[in-house]
Amino acid sequence: MPNGTTTADEAMKGPQGVAREPLVLNNRSMNWITERICGVVENRQPLLWWVLFLPSLALAGLLAFCLVYLVSTGVGVWGNNQPVAWGWAITNFVFWIGIGHAGTLISAILFLMRQRWRTSINRAAEAMTLFAVMCAGIFPVFHVGRFWMAWFLAPIPNANAIWQNFKSPLLWDVFAVSTYFIVSVIFWYLGLVPDLATIRDRCKPGIKKLLYGMFALGWRGGNRHWRHYEMGYLLLAALSTPLVLSVHSVVSFDFATSVVPGWHTTIFPPYFVAGAIFGGFAMVLTLMIPARAIYGLQDLITHKHVDNMAKIILLTGSIVGYAYIMELFIAWYGGNKFESDAFHMRILSGPYTTYYYCMFFCNVISPQIFWFRWARHNLWVVMAVCMCVNAGMWFERFVIIVTTLARDFVPGAWGFYKATWVEKSTFLGTFGFFLMCFLLFLRFLPVIAVGEVKGVLPESNPHHGDDEH
Amino acid sequence: MGNFFPRWSNLLPLKLAFCLVVLGLAVACAMAYYFTPKYTRVGYMPSQPVAFDHSIHVTQLGLDCRYCHSFVEESPHSNVPTTQTCYNCHSVVQKDNPKLAPVHESMETGEPIHWVQIHQPPDYVFFNHSVHIARGVSCQRCHGQVDEMETVYHAEPHSMGWCLNCHRAPEKHLRPQREVFNLTWKPEDEDRETFYRETADLAGLSYEELLGASREKFGFEEMDEPMSQREVGGVLKEAWGVSPPEGCAGCHR
Repeated sequence: MPNGTTTADEAMKGPQGVAREPLVLNNRSMNWITERICGVVENRQPLLWWVLFLPSLALAGLLAFCLVYLVSTGVGVWGNNQPVAWGWAITNFVFWIGIGHAGTLISAILFLMRQRWRTSINRAAEAMTLFAVMCAGIFPVFHVGRFWMAWFLAPIPNANAIWQNFKSPLLWDVFAVSTYFIVSVIFWYLGLVPDLATIRDRCKPGIKKLLYGMFALGWRGGNRHWRHYEMGYLLLAALSTPLVLSVHSVVSFDFATSVVPGWHTTIFPPYFVAGAIFGGFAMVLTLMIPARAIYGLQDLITHKHVDNMAKIILLTGSIVGYAYIMELFIAWYGGNKFESDAFHMRILSGPYTTYYYCMFFCNVISPQIFWFRWARHNLWVVMAVCMCVNAGMWFERFVIIVTTLARDFVPGAWGFYKATWVEKSTFLGTFGFFLMCFLLFLRFLPVIAVGEVKGVLPESNPHHGDDEH
Repeated sequence: MGNFFPRWSNLLPLKLAFCLVVLGLAVACAMAYYFTPKYTRVGYMPSQPVAFDHSIHVTQLGLDCRYCHSFVEESPHSNVPTTQTCYNCHSVVQKDNPKLAPVHESMETGEPIHWVQIHQPPDYVFFNHSVHIARGVSCQRCHGQVDEMETVYHAEPHSMGWCLNCHRAPEKHLRPQREVFNLTWKPEDEDRETFYRETADLAGLSYEELLGASREKFGFEEMDEPMSQREVGGVLKEAWGVSPPEGCAGCHR
């Protein structure tokens, strides 16, 4: 129950004493909140859960099949080769790792900024982050070709007496992503502990109670427990805040520190971070809008939440749009022949111009509808824009990676890249894996932080009701 | 709600964590010992189709390595002798020794003897024997005291780290070219004057200058003081400009 410095009543009222939209609608009681959220875990899953879960499971199986097929047959089953050595694999890696950014932003930065609306979405967003990072991790590991040698990425002393190249951003990537994953797991788990204890206490004795009890680490909800918990949570929030910015900055260094025209750009780190948050929020909404409807959580994840996230999408989408236009401007204004040629081929004469226009429409044009309040409040519009953004962010990475590699300095080295069915199925498979993990999360863990949501109720304020005395 | 975890379970996570750490360390140590070439390769001693005894041929009879491994100076690959090479002597010597039966059989049928390869670099390693020999790396450095082996075995790890040990500090292993095939050579046996005259000659340097510079660097007073590997290798490395590749492309093309 992280209480900010502002009291709940102050937060409820606007600066002029205008009542703010409450974070939990319909004056729900604490008991209702517990019952509703724990009910998701305790009751039978709705039919729709199975309807979604079984295809996801099948797609996750497809992922496993594709990877086994890749390893057993050889790397040639993927379409990437010189000059486009990165292809879909790295496109997908950057796509997924970008999606993983919303979780930490919501859980850490919004926490430090005392944005109380985060409480009902942070748990699911963090879970989504973890699953997205897992999906992301698959690609570079298998892209190294001999994936059983992927441990060479870690600085482990070995009989080959070789050591990592610490000057390479690809190595920084390994550290950035693994740190991000570990910190996100710890942060997520720490937040889960009180709620696991709640479920443990509600379970009938048995294996389920034992398991929830084990992971609840003996939480009793005492005053001292909460004090330590909140301090730990605050410290972890502070620790993960820089990660929100660092991970995708480092990913962008993979490109920016090279000397390839179209990649060698100082604008990349902020542009990538904004893009990651943009894509991440779109994915949070993509998952949460259906989830709230399926489980009847509309009073906890309200229109206000959707509205706030839509605004963030609008902001970061506009930053991304600014970056796209600035890239084009610098390509023209900078006067570098190779740079201007690279962008000329990217938007006009190259083989992948369609991808560029898809990207531009999805990422820059489509979110602009969020300037209108009615659009932010129409869930169908929001879902449509989020789907556009999900696709657009993939197109963005494809445009950056493939169009650039396919056309570098020397026309003799140009090439054309087309993904094979194995690459396409692998990517599809990661969506299955991602959804499967998320559905299992909905099934077994409290989707909303019960303890924290109670903290934003008006009656949690120690001065609640003072006026009446 | 009753407490369904007994009291001893309070420390269980800590104990488990401790066990995991110990187990992890044990696995790491075991991997480092049992899963590296120092263990997996050294000592490999397959039985060969012919019980050829290197110690008899080299130490007792004084055969040079190149009598059988005849292309080792010119070729990247060091060849295994043909049956005809054996027959140069064994058509007469020890002709009726039953140990030679496979050799006679090979001679009659024309089917080569299937020697079992002991030292086998991976296919992505491009090792060149002639280059190493031309720069004064003795056979013995990589293959051990073959002259004393009754049956040849893998004496050195041949791991990449082991290769790099020498590539990063070749002076610890170089010797004069004429001694490359002398598996019993020791730096103390080297005659200083001969060594310096020969090295200066081969490198086109002045004998006096080379000797003077070395005297300062390695600090010897008299010419008949025994030489050390540090001196021999150091002088040879400088004089011949030995700088073995340390980058990937040196051995993996």
